[in-house]
Formats: sequence, structure tokens, C-alpha cells
Amino acid sequence: MSTLIRERVPVRNTPPAAVRPQRRRLGRRTILLGGAAVAWLLGFIFLHGTATLNLPASELTDLHRTLNQVNAWVADNRADNPVFQYLLTPLRSAVDVVANLFTGIFAASTTGLRLPEIGWLGTVALLGWIAWAAGNIRVALLTVAVFIFFGLQGLFVDAAYSFALVLTAVLFTLLTGIPLGILAGISARVSKVITPVLDFMQILPTFVYLAPLALIFLIGPASAVIATVIYAAPPVIRLTAHGIRGIPADTREASDSLGTTGVQRLITLQLPLARRTIVMGINQTTMAALSMVTIAALIAAPGLGQVVVRALQSLDVGTAVNAGLSIVLLAIALDRVTTAASRRAEPGAARNRRISRRTRYILLGAGFVVVLAAIQLSRTMLWAAVFPKDLNIGPGIVDGVTAASQWLQTNLFFLTVSLREGVTNGVLNPFQSLLTDTPFYLLALVIIAVACALGRWQLGLVAAACLAVIICLGLWSDAMVTLAGTLVATSVVMILGVIFGVAMGRSNRVDQIMRPLLDAGQTMPAFVYLVPFLGLFGATRFTAIVAGIIYAAPVAIKITADGIAAISPTVMEAAVSAGSTPWQIITKVQLPMARKSLALAANQGLIYVLAMVVVGALVGAGGLGYDVVAGFVQSSLFGKGLAAGLAIVFLGILLDRMTQAAAVRPARKTAPGKPVRH
Amino acid sequence: MSRTSQLLKRTLPALAGTAAAALMLAGCGGATVNQAVAGNGSATPCGSVNVALNAWVGYTADAAVYSYVAQNKLGCTVTQKELSEQISWQGFGSGEVDVIMENWGHADLAKQYITDQKVAVDAGPTGNEGHIGWYVPPWMVQKYPDILDYKNLDKYASLFATSESSGKGQVLDGDPAFVTNDEALVKNLGLNYKVVFSGSEAALIQSFRTAEKNKTPLLGYFYEPQWFLSEVPLKKVSLPPYTPGCDSDPEKVACDYPDYKLNKIISKKFADSGSPAAKLAKAFTWTNADQNSVATDIQGGMKPEAAAKKWVDAHPDQVAAWLK
Amino acid sequence: MSNPDISVRNLWKVFGPGGEKIPKDASLSALSAAELLARTGCNAAVRDMNFDVGKGEVFVVMGLSGSGKSTLIRCLTRLIEPTSGRVLVDGKDVLEAGTGELRELRRRKMSMVFQHFGLLPHRTVLDNVSYGLQIRGAGKAQRYAKSREIIELVGLKGYEQHFPDQLSGGMQQRVGLGRALAGDPDTILFDEPFSALDPLIRRDMQAEVIRLHKEMGKTMVFVTHDLSEALKLGDRILIMRNGEMVQCGTGDDLVGSPADQYIADFVSEVPRADVLTLKWITGPVAFGTPADAPVLAAGTVIRDAIPAVMNSSCPVLVEDAGRITGQIDRDSILSVILGTEAAA
Ligand SMILES: Nc1ncnc2c1ncn2[C@@H]1O[C@H](COP(=O)(O)OP(=O)(O)OP(=O)(O)O)[C@@H](O)[C@H]1O
Ligand SMILES: [Mg+2]
Repeated sequence: MSTLIRERVPVRNTPPAAVRPQRRRLGRRTILLGGAAVAWLLGFIFLHGTATLNLPASELTDLHRTLNQVNAWVADNRADNPVFQYLLTPLRSAVDVVANLFTGIFAASTTGLRLPEIGWLGTVALLGWIAWAAGNIRVALLTVAVFIFFGLQGLFVDAAYSFALVLTAVLFTLLTGIPLGILAGISARVSKVITPVLDFMQILPTFVYLAPLALIFLIGPASAVIATVIYAAPPVIRLTAHGIRGIPADTREASDSLGTTGVQRLITLQLPLARRTIVMGINQTTMAALSMVTIAALIAAPGLGQVVVRALQSLDVGTAVNAGLSIVLLAIALDRVTTAASRRAEPGAARNRRISRRTRYILLGAGFVVVLAAIQLSRTMLWAAVFPKDLNIGPGIVDGVTAASQWLQTNLFFLTVSLREGVTNGVLNPFQSLLTDTPFYLLALVIIAVACALGRWQLGLVAAACLAVIICLGLWSDAMVTLAGTLVATSVVMILGVIFGVAMGRSNRVDQIMRPLLDAGQTMPAFVYLVPFLGLFGATRFTAIVAGIIYAAPVAIKITADGIAAISPTVMEAAVSAGSTPWQIITKVQLPMARKSLALAANQGLIYVLAMVVVGALVGAGGLGYDVVAGFVQSSLFGKGLAAGLAIVFLGILLDRMTQAAAVRPARKTAPGKPVRH
Repeated sequence: MSRTSQLLKRTLPALAGTAAAALMLAGCGGATVNQAVAGNGSATPCGSVNVALNAWVGYTADAAVYSYVAQNKLGCTVTQKELSEQISWQGFGSGEVDVIMENWGHADLAKQYITDQKVAVDAGPTGNEGHIGWYVPPWMVQKYPDILDYKNLDKYASLFATSESSGKGQVLDGDPAFVTNDEALVKNLGLNYKVVFSGSEAALIQSFRTAEKNKTPLLGYFYEPQWFLSEVPLKKVSLPPYTPGCDSDPEKVACDYPDYKLNKIISKKFADSGSPAAKLAKAFTWTNADQNSVATDIQGGMKPEAAAKKWVDAHPDQVAAWLK
Repeated sequence: MSNPDISVRNLWKVFGPGGEKIPKDASLSALSAAELLARTGCNAAVRDMNFDVGKGEVFVVMGLSGSGKSTLIRCLTRLIEPTSGRVLVDGKDVLEAGTGELRELRRRKMSMVFQHFGLLPHRTVLDNVSYGLQIRGAGKAQRYAKSREIIELVGLKGYEQHFPDQLSGGMQQRVGLGRALAGDPDTILFDEPFSALDPLIRRDMQAEVIRLHKEMGKTMVFVTHDLSEALKLGDRILIMRNGEMVQCGTGDDLVGSPADQYIADFVSEVPRADVLTLKWITGPVAFGTPADAPVLAAGTVIRDAIPAVMNSSCPVLVEDAGRITGQIDRDSILSVILGTEAAA
């Protein structure tokens, strides 16, 4: 008989200080919110159109002019400033060397016929083999199929360029990101410093740093790779740090108790245990890098992005979709291979294999010989070097898509136009006017009050700081235009998120049908669907909102669906056995229980919509996005574009913090303020 | 696991690798297709040329003919790069761009890159002339014949109003890269209009296309030569005529845009290299009609290369003159 | 104690900001745990602890959940940094040791077995057991040879190439034990090593520890909150409450003369006959007891005395150090079994 003391211990009381009277808090909230609403309405009616801080598109403030000087300064100092001479220019050369190495191998060498070092056959064989070695035979076959399909599309060389650049960017990202992540994982101080920087990097629209980067590193692959690294590094840094920090305390303690040094701990414990999370980070980083392919094309990065951009400029939907399809397929292949690799990296995964390690090594070795043979062939035979031109289904895809899009534009035009007019006049215009025509000081106070109501006074302080920065940047009115569009788009995203998320969470079938569509929606470059949308909706804010919705809805839907699917079956059983109708189950059980997921979905939806602000400006969104685009292409607007980019970041931080506070104790599974892939 | 199998496990792939590497090295020693075929081309002194490719089809026509001649008559390797105008200029510094085939003014860029940084040089006019202005789709001119005078625009303001223009008439602007005085024009001409920024060339063209097809009203910024005009011949609205200096203060502009003498810009390094392709770039001139014929072919679905070949074959003397 | 292996003197561990002030400040250190928390926000997990552990002794630390046992045992190797006091191991103060010395201490003198095993999931049993040796820099052949020996010792032969999650909880803890033993330390610290195991396996493992202790004679500091485990294993038992020592002595002492009501409650459900020795129930020799009545040693556990007493027709005499100290009879034994005998 054993006497367990624990069984006789009464449950210890939690300290009472943490609990707050619920009633009082609600009261304060209501008063604040109500007061803010009344003040806003009164201000809108009586002070309509005053102090709107409106700044016409072609006008600048002194701050913008000062920022313009940066442009001139860089141009003047590029040749002889030591920072350039000893740091930036060598960096550029280093990146160039690697980029040229990979493009030379896979896409085009700089000599002779400009054929790649290994032709399509070699590329397909080599990449297939790598996928096999890192993942499994299934993803290897997928890789082979996808790359052959690029050839059939007539886009092999473009795809190879894109692949080579993604490879370069991922390489550099990992070289910098993993050490940084390790540091952030080990040291809380580094982590504290790095986290806001990462938030900033992820909300800052790519267009904003594209221009300065092109200025500093000149246009071309090097700038494109560096821009991609900036965009793609945060996920791997965060996940590496997360993996290292997430190691169970008792395992770490056990290792410490044996007298490990810091380095020993890192090598024997932290890195092996965090391996899976780090590989997940590599996966996300790869996806992020790929999504930069189209944007990097704007600063002369070769590849599929160029095809898409050229097609966009001549409004050639078919070609754009064909190239977009390649990008989606490349994304799928990279995603599946890295996911398979992360499975393989799971601790102890080795023992659940069907074939023994040894057999696998022998097979891989044999496979490698085949790869080398294929490479040899592709170096010596023209048919294996250049994908045969007559095996081309590209034109078929192009024509089919063009015809379909023509048909849609012809037949749906009046329907889509009335939808557009309805939404714009009924919702968007009144809402935007409410934001832009109210005096700025009043609206700022209203937003601060709402922030105070949602969180505590600290949140009000954050809101005040963000708004102050936006006002100082001289872009208040544009920011309000952007805010209006963002909020409308996010509302729709949430409605879609709930509808489809519930449907997917409740039914496996629906889930299986929806997932690939959602994946495609997320990876298809927005440039591809902008053209047909322009045809359907014209160059308006509405089109931009639709583009934002397409980009952001998949994330919101997936998060909601996961939240609903994760509700414990016992709870569902209890609800069913109590005789609830499906509607009651949805509204009384599933949605309330998925509340954290819904909050996270709203937060991520917002961030994703915000990420499309600049792209939306290409089809008429105006606002901050337009300033950024204009700053990118016109040197006289450079400073304003930079300011607008900063304004977007601060708007993003404001919205992020407020949505997180809105859900009391929000789910913080993901770090704040950054798009995550699901 | 026994020692031998461990050893085997290690060495087997390594062995395979070495064997294969040896195989590959042997292959490398031999001529690859890349180099083998290149052997023929190495006799030409031309080397490679990077041509910036700007969005509009007139430009594409220029670039196509230039590239065709450089490639086929001079044996150069031509790489075309899809870039926006401003970015193309930046390419002169990095060596990413050698030639811009059709430049619209851009006095600021010329100052920065030609005068100050000295990385580019003016390679002379293309012979084409460019116009910028406000355009309407042709159906509107038929229905409202007096619409082409700016003085009558206010009369039609309500027609042009959209959900984007807050009750006023809408002037749709395109690619932010292009110089525009439209906001100042609206203000200084006292028009009841608002400039709406579509944000891109594509959006602007698509809007005009839809407007003509569905007979909806649209007033927008446009320019010629532009391939789209061969698909939909937009009509230009006359603004108060341009006089030299009338646009010197951007805030006070109340006159039409100037006519642009389009020119070519090439990088300094390229110009100094003595490459025949640089000479060709300087010599290249043709007329608006020439450009339009090639542009129309391209717009009609012909590949730029094929359209260029057609034109070059039809104009041997002119091409010969460029190559002299 | 003549030559203690570990001596702990005035050891404090206070969690929370400004905790280092509390041991020095008499007005604060006198406060109760709840008051201290309310006043300073600090949590004194170990307060003014003093004890010695002898060489080869099994020293058990017991207490309710949250009483500071884990904190105390971790302070011994500074896995948790003590706030103040001294921990002498072989006469040297661990608290003053530099990083290198401390590492040496952990590598060679004291190793630890954890409640949740703390095995490395990506390493095989063999690699887990040899982890400590690897950390010390032992060569592969050497550490594997030693580890195989240890694996056999802890009864896991044949499982060398298994991964931790392929083993049952008991087997995993054997790996943990093996890992601690592999470095051949002088002292092994156990933090509730068996509380995650089911009762049957726990019994096996306890037997295993007893066996190992007999075979290797290592000093052991053993944290548990299972009283029967403590009584079974411990040469001496230290009972903690709110970070303080309440009583320290043999199991017999605790059950026979609990220091206060807290300990009395603690031990109230112990089958006393299994723990107490005859000395706790010995009464004065009665007048009619024959001089040739059977004699039992005072250190005999009551349960073991039952057959002799039952078979004897008269009371049984109790002898301590060759002197008759009193007698016991059926009534005194039955009263213990029924739990009616008044606490001494
Ligand atoms: N890292 C820490 N920070 C703050 N307080 C701590 C920390 N670790 C432990 N404590 C507190 O110290 C006290 C003692 O904890 P400890 O873990 O030593 O108890 P224990 O006796 O081992 O309990 P159990 O039987 O549940 O393991 C508890 O009140 C606990 O809340
Ligand atoms: Mg404990």
C-alpha cells in the first residue's frame, strides 16, 4: 500500500489579485465606445471637411523632400563612400557570384549559346534526386512531373531562372537567419531586440524597400535576392528561435545536470531537437521567397515574374495565367519537398521506415549515377539541353484562358459593374468619407479611445504613437483611404472565413475540395488575376478590395476551419446528445469555442489584406499604396513613397495590436503582425 | 549494427559518387553543346547587348527591330529585360541595361545619369514624335462631337462621374511613372473634375478597352504612339496649346503637354566599347509610320521577332544605312 | 556526522525580484510564506535549510507539492542558483565554484535522475546513457563499452538501439538511471523519479534502487512525496513544509514521535506495524512475566514480531544492547495494528 500525499492535498487557491470584477470593466468599455461613436458622428456632421490633412498625389511635404535627398546622396556616394566600397559593393558581388552560379547551372550560362550548365534533363534528374534524398520518392516524382510540365508550358528556362534565384535567396536567408534565430532562441535579450524588427520587416511593403535597394545595390539579380532575403528571413528566424526555446525545460535541465557547456548543449540538444521546427521555417521561408519572384521582376530579376509582368503590361491574361500556374506548381513542389524533409527530420523518424537505411543509401547511390548520366547527356545533346519546342502545350493554355476571360468580361460586365457600384456607393464611400472627412484630431482621439476600450491604457498609448507617426509623415488622408479599404476587405474576409471555415471544419469532404483552391489562391501571384478583375470591375478601389480578399481569405478560412475542427469530439457529442440543431451547434458551440481561432483569423486576415495594399494600388486603390508605387517609379516622389511605406507599417502595427486586444486573451500561437502560411 | 555494414554504408555512396564524378569530369573535358555551337559564333566581335524593354508596344517595335538587326546582321547576343522607365535608367549604372530604345523626355533622369553620374549618353532621336494628353474613347466623339474641346468638359462632368470621383467628373490617370500635370490642370483650368489614379498602365488600357466595348464614358490620360491606339483609336481632347515655358512651374500649369522628340539612351560603357551594336543604336532612326506598321503587326498577334523580320526584309536600304 | 558527503548550511532560495535581500533581513525572513508573498511578491521556496548527508547514505526529502523539494535538490548542483547559504561537497562550497569547477562537479561528482526522465528523444538508449561521457569528452569506443555495462546493470540489455519513445515509462527511467550511473558519480540525486510510474513498476524500480545501492554503495539524495517509498528507501528522512525543515530523522522516529500535528497527519495512514520497531510499544516488565520468555531485539519491526508474540503463551521480552528494556504482549501489538495506541 502506498500513501500518496498528493491525493490528500486540497487544491491550492489561486491568488485572488488576478481576477477583476467583470461588470466594472464592461461598463468602462461601453462608456468609452459609446462616447467615441457619438463624438465621431457629431464631429463628422458639424466639422465635415475641416482639418482633413488632405495632400494631393503630386504634392510633397518638407519631410518627403528631405527623404528625397537620400536618393541623391546614395547616387553621389556610391562610388567612393567606404560603406559602399567595403561593405555593400562586396556584398552585392558575393550575392551576384552565387546567383550567377545557380542561374548558370540551371537557366543560362553567360557563354556560348547561353545554355545552362545542365540542361532540362539534368535539372529534372538532379532535382528529383535531391527531393528523394531529402524527402521521399513521392515528392521526388512530383518534382520531376512539375519540372517537365514547365517544359511543356514552354516556360522551362523562366522557371529555372526563378528556381535558381529562389535557391540563392533561400541560401542567403538561411546563412543569416538560422544563426540569428539560434541567438534569439538562446538569449531572451536578443529575442527582445529582434522581434520588433521582424514585425517591421514583415509589414513593410516590399515595394518600399525595392526602390532603395535598387538604389544601393543597383538593379539586377543581386538586389532581387537581397530584397527576397529581407522578405523571407523572418519566418526562419522566428521558427528557429521558437524551436530552440520550445525545448522542454526538463530535457534541458537533464543535459545541464551532466555538465554540458553552452556549445555542447547547442550541438547535442538544442539543434537536434529544434531541427523539425527549423525545417518548417525553411519551408515557410522558401514559400515567402517564391512569392517575391513576381515583385522582384520589377527590378530586373529574370524568371517567371518577368513573364507575368510583361503579360500584365500587354493585358495578356492567358500568358499571365500560364506563368502564374508555373509559379503555383513550383510553390507546391517546393512546399511538399520541404514538408517531407521536415517529416524526415523528426526525431526518431528513421525507425518507422519500410526500407532499411542501408538499402536506401544503396538506392540513392544508384540513383545518383543515373543523375550524373542525365547531366552528362544534357551537356552533350541538344535535345536534352533545351526542352523540345514541339512539345508545347503553352499556347493551348494561353488561348483557352484568354477566351474564358474574354467571355467572362463580356457576359458578366454589367452584373459586376452593378455589384461594384452597389458596394462602393453603399458601403465604401460612406465609410471612407466618415474617415477622411472627419477632422483628423477628432478621429485620432476616437481611435485612441477605442484602443483604450479594447485594451488598457497601454494600448491607447501605442495607438496614439502610431497615429502621431502617421500624421507626422504627412499622409493622414491617404492613410484613412487605405484604412477604409482595408477594413471593408477584412470584414468580407471574415465573413468568408466564417462561412467556409465552418463548412470545412464540419465536413472533411468540403475541406478536401477547398484546400487546393485555397493554396492556389495564396500562391498565385496577384498580378495574374488583376487583369481579368480590371476587365470585370474597372480600375477602382473595389477591384483592389477584391484582390485583397482573394489573397487574405484563404488564411482566414484555414485558421477558422482548423479552429473548428480542433474542437474536442466529446463537446460535440455532448451538444448533439442534448438535441441541438446543426444551427444551434454552429452558433452556440462551434463558433464560441473557436473564438480564439476567429480572433487569430481576423488578425491574420488584416495583415494579409494590408500586404496587398500596394498591389491594390496598381488597380486603383489609391491611398498609401499609390504613394508607394509612385515613389518606386518616380525619383521625385521617392521620399513620399518611403514615408507612405512607413505609414503602412504603423497602420499595420495599430491594427494588429487592436485586433489582438479585441479578443480578450487572444491566441498568440503565432508572433504578432506577420502573415503566416497554413 | 556491425562494423562492416557501417563501413559499407559509408563507403558505398562515396564510391558511387567518386565514380560518377570521374564520369562527369571526363564529360566536362569534351565539348558541351553549349560551347560546341558557340564556337561558330565566336568570330563576331559584337558580344552581348542588354536591351531594356518598356511596356508600350511602340517601344516593343523599336526594340524588336533593333534586336533583330543586332542579332542577325551583327551576330550579337541580345537580352531583353522587362523594366519600367526609371528602373531602366538605374540599369546603366549596374551594367544591367545597355540600351533604352525610346525615351520620353525625363529631363531629371537625363541630368542624374548623363550629366552627373556620366553612366549614360544620348544616342540621338528615334525619329518618332510623342504626344501626351487627355483622351476619350471614339464612341463618345460620335455621340458628343464637341467633347474634344476642354471648354466643354464641364458640361459633361456628370457623365464622367464615377463612384471613385466623389460626384465630380473623373480624369483617369495611369502608370505613376509617367509625368503628369493633371491635378494642376484640373485646378488651374477650373474644371469640375477629380483626378483618379488607376495606378498602372494595364489598368488604364483595360479601362479604355471596356469603355469602348460597353459604350461607357471615360476621360483619361494617354499618349501616342501607343499600340492600344491601333486597337481602339482614342481621340485627344484639346487643352490650351503648349507654349515654351508654360509648364515651367508645375503648380501653375494650365496648358497642354509638349510634343516629345523621342530619343535613345545608351550606357556610357557600351558607347565607349566600340561595339557595332552601339553604332547601330546611334544610327537607328525611323518614322512614326514605320513604328506603327511594326507595332500593329505585333498587336495583331505576330511575334515581335517575326514582325521585325518582316519590316527589315521590306526595308533593306534603310537597314543598310544604319549599318554603314 | 563524522564525515558528511554533503553539508547544507543556512541554504535559502527565494524566487522573485529582490529575493536576495530577504535572507539577510530578519524582519522579512521571519514572515510566513503567504505574508512574504503579499509583502514582497517573493516566494521563498527553500528557507534556512541545514542538514548533512553521510557517505553511502540514502537521504530522503519529503513534503507536500510545492514545499520546495525540487528546488532544494536542484540547489545542490546549482541547477537552480541558491540565494544564499552554503553547500559543501567534499568540504568545498559549491556556491563559490567557478563555471569550470561546477561543470566538473556535475560531470563527475553528482548526477541526477528526473521525474520526467529528461531523455533526449533523438538519441538511442545507448547514446542517451553515454551522453554524460560524451560531454566529458570520452572516446566513442570507451563510452560505448562503459554504457553497455551500465545498460546491463539497469536491466535494459537488448534495448541499446531503441529510442526513448519506444520504451515503457519504467524502462525510460531505467535509462535515466543508467545515464546518471554511467559517469560513476559519488552521489546520485533523484527528484521524484518514480512518481510518473504505475505502482507495480514503481515497486520494481524501488527494488532496483535498493539493489544498486547495495551493490555500488553510492550516496543518494532522494526526493519523493510517497511516504511508503521514503520509509522503504530512506536511511533518514527530511520533511519539508513551505520551504522549511520540519523534522529530520529515521522513518521510525517520524512515525513514532512526529514533531508536530503536520507530521502526525502525514504519517497517520502509514501501516504502523510495518514501520515502528518494538521500542515504541515496549512496556515495563510485568510481575508475572517468566524470565525465560522469548526475547526480541528492540530494533525489530513490529510486524516481524507478530509470529513470535502470537506463538508465545506469555509476553515477550525486548532487549536493547544486551539489556532487557521491557516487554510486549498480544494486546500491545494488536493496538498498533488497530491504530488505537496513543502516539508516544
Ligand atoms: N522558477 C520558479 N519561479 C518562481 N517560483 C518557483 C519557481 N520554481 C518553483 N517555484 C516555487 O517554489 C515553490 C517550491 O517549488 P518546488 O517545485 O520546489 O516544489 P516541490 O516540492 O518540488 O513540489 P512538487 O511535489 O509538486 O514537485 C513553489 O511554491 C513554486 O511555486
Ligand atoms: Mg518537484
